[in-house]
Amino acid sequence: MPKVKMARKSTNIDMTAMCDVAFLLLTFFMLATKFKKNDPVMVVTPSSISQITVPDTSIMMITIDNKGRVFFSIDRKNVGERGGAEARLGLINDMDEYKHLNLTPEEKYQFQKGAAIGVPFSQLKQYLAADPRLQKQMDEQSPGIPVDTSADAPDNELATWIRVARNNNPFLRILIKGDVGTKYPAVDKVINTLGGMKIFRFNLITNLEAIPPGTAAYEDAQKQS
Amino acid sequence: MAELDTSSSGSHKKGPGVKKGKKLSTRIDLTPMVDLGFLLITFFMYTTTLAKPKTMEINMPYKDKNMTEEQKSKVKRSTALTVLLSKDHRIYTYAGIGDDPTKPPVLDPINITKSTVGLRKVIVAKKQEIEQLKQAGTLMPSDQITVLIKPDTNSTFKDLVDVFDEMTIDDVKVYAKVDITDQDRDFIKKTQEANGIQ
Repeated sequence: MPKVKMARKSTNIDMTAMCDVAFLLLTFFMLATKFKKNDPVMVVTPSSISQITVPDTSIMMITIDNKGRVFFSIDRKNVGERGGAEARLGLINDMDEYKHLNLTPEEKYQFQKGAAIGVPFSQLKQYLAADPRLQKQMDEQSPGIPVDTSADAPDNELATWIRVARNNNPFLRILIKGDVGTKYPAVDKVINTLGGMKIFRFNLITNLEAIPPGTAAYEDAQKQS
Repeated sequence: MAELDTSSSGSHKKGPGVKKGKKLSTRIDLTPMVDLGFLLITFFMYTTTLAKPKTMEINMPYKDKNMTEEQKSKVKRSTALTVLLSKDHRIYTYAGIGDDPTKPPVLDPINITKSTVGLRKVIVAKKQEIEQLKQAGTLMPSDQITVLIKPDTNSTFKDLVDVFDEMTIDDVKVYAKVDITDQDRDFIKKTQEANGIQ
């Protein structure tokens, strides 16, 4: 048999196509990305079949971590007339006046651009004056915002936050973000605080999970699709 | 100036004294650029949150300290199912409200379960029972299953959300979170003893 002579090919491949693909994907991910807000605590939310997405603006988020500490925040996205940075500034201004915190404009600005608050009022000034590294440390050690089972209790600071925030923007939706491991009494305190302020409708943040087949909700979903 | 010297033999016309500029290939090695591209893709893939978190709407029953007995909504005993959430994600159920101390809820092996799948069976059975009672004329056609959810102090937020979710899954229209009573705790203890659970 005659030997077939293989033509020697160059090992260099044309990278242009691959480069195109890479940058196409890069563009997609860059546009699709929404940076995670640096929350003071990591919270793993439980899952449910609910498909309602969390609204972007006019929301008040109460985070309860797995140790039962409570954090409070309102959105800072600048959408529409309500919510956004101005609302945060308005909230801290009102709070400063109401609680006589003697905050400087710089500290108020820190609140405006910051994330959730998880310190009692007594430490708030110190917290806002601190640099981000120290704030992180304070978040780790803080006992969270004090809550009580009764909304009228003087040391229920969460109730004060909610009251002032709602005075500022009565349309705030209330979201509770709890951890998988959060013990029920901590959740109960928050729910009771809300109940004491005649708030009986709120949202719980969950992850999406599939509807189990053979159930009433599954049949409903089948009918709709 | 504007034209490119493309011919390889064109250099001859410049004469021997003129230095020939070395012709470079217009091809660039794109490998580092691809590397960089994929590095950035990896970064954005990790930081991106494509799925927005979902939310579950909850309505709590209206509660007021000054409410009179008549204003409180009554739950029919025959349509009610009480769900107790306790330690180690266990769920205990019994039929009725459990408000009568003289008639403690009946112990039943079905009323202890570790998953919402077990709870689903209980709810489906209860629904069928109510349907039968409706046909027999004991219950009004408008009556429907009412689930009272009573989380104990040693249950977690996940248990609560799971049970709320189960209500949506099983199409239970009326449910409420209620505070646990001592009688319920007693029931949990007895059921644990009967089933040999610590």
